[in-house]
Amino acid sequence: MPAGTLYRGREGMWSWVAHRVTGVLIFFFLFVHVLDTALVRVSPEAYDTVVATYKTPIVALLEYGLVAAILFHALNGLRVIAVDFWVKGARYQKQMLWTVVALWVVLMIGAIYPVLGHAARELFGS
Amino acid sequence: MSTTETTASGIGPVEGASLYSVDNPAPVIEPPRKRTKKTPKSTRGNFELAAWLFMRLSGVVLVVLVIGHLLIQLVLDGGVSKIGFAFVAGRWASPFWQVWDLLMLWLAMLHGANGLRTVINDYAERPNTRLWLKGLLYTATVFTILLGTLVIFTFDPNIR
Ligand code: HEM
Repeated sequence: MPAGTLYRGREGMWSWVAHRVTGVLIFFFLFVHVLDTALVRVSPEAYDTVVATYKTPIVALLEYGLVAAILFHALNGLRVIAVDFWVKGARYQKQMLWTVVALWVVLMIGAIYPVLGHAARELFGS
Repeated sequence: MSTTETTASGIGPVEGASLYSVDNPAPVIEPPRKRTKKTPKSTRGNFELAAWLFMRLSGVVLVVLVIGHLLIQLVLDGGVSKIGFAFVAGRWASPFWQVWDLLMLWLAMLHGANGLRTVINDYAERPNTRLWLKGLLYTATVFTILLGTLVIFTFDPNIR
C-alpha cells in the first residue's frame, strides 16, 4: 500500500465499502420482498404460508442482519449527506463516523429483544 | 486569524492613471469556454448531477419511511409474529399507509437502482458486460416497481 494516503485503508475507505455492500444487499432483499408481498394478490393462504417462514428462528437471524445493514446504511448515508452539504462536514467526517458506529451499536442492542425475542422463546420455550 | 484583519494586501495601488473609465470601458474579454449562439449545443445534460442530488434527497426521505416501516413491522406490537394477510389488509385500508408504502417502494427502488448503476459503472469494464448488467438491472427495476404499484392499488381484502 502506498504510504501517506489519507483515504486508502482508513476509516473513510472502510465506511464507503460498508455503505456499498449494505446498499447492494438491501436492494436485492427489496426485490425479493416485493415479490413475497405480491402474494397478497394470489390468496391469503399463499401470503400467510410464506410469511410463516419469516417467523422461524433462522430467518429471524437474517432479519436481524437486515436491520443491521439498513441501520448502518441509513446512518452513514446521513453522514455522507452531511459531508457533502455541511461546511464543516469534511472536517468532522471521522467524528461523525464514530457517532454513526456508536448509534448503530446502541440501536442494534435495542433491536435484540424485539427482533430476536420470539425466536428465543420458540427455541428455548417461554 | 488576525493577519486577515489588517488591510495589508498583496496587491498594491495601480501605478499611473487607468486607461479606462465609465465613458471608455475596458473591452470585454469573452471567457474561453463560454457558450454563445455560435458554439454547438451541449451534448450532455446534467443527468449525473440530478442523480447525485436524488440519492441525497431520497436518502433523507427514506430514513423516515424505512425506519418507520421497520418499527411497525418488526418491533412494535409483537414484531413479525403479528404479520399476516389480515394485518396487511388492516393497514392498506388506510390511504395514508398506501401512500407511505407506494412512496417507499418508488424511492427505494430508484435509489437502489441508481446506486447499482454506479456499482456497475465502477466494476464492469467491458462495454458488453456493462450493457447486459444494466439491461438486467433496468428490467428488474421496472418490473418490481410496476408489480409493487399494481399490488398496492389493486389490493382486495375480500379476495376470498
Ligand atoms: C434508509 C435511508 C437511506 C439513506 C439515508 C441512504 C443514503 C445513501 C446515499 C447518500 C448514497 C450515496 C453515496 C455516495 O454517493 O457516495 C447511497 C448510495 C446507495 N444506496 Fe442508499 N440510502 C438509504 C436507503 C437505501 C435503500 C433502501 C437501498 C436499497 C434499495 C439503498 C441502496 C443504495 C445503493 C446500492 C447505493 C450505492 C452505493 C455506492 O455507490 O457505493 N439505499 N445511499
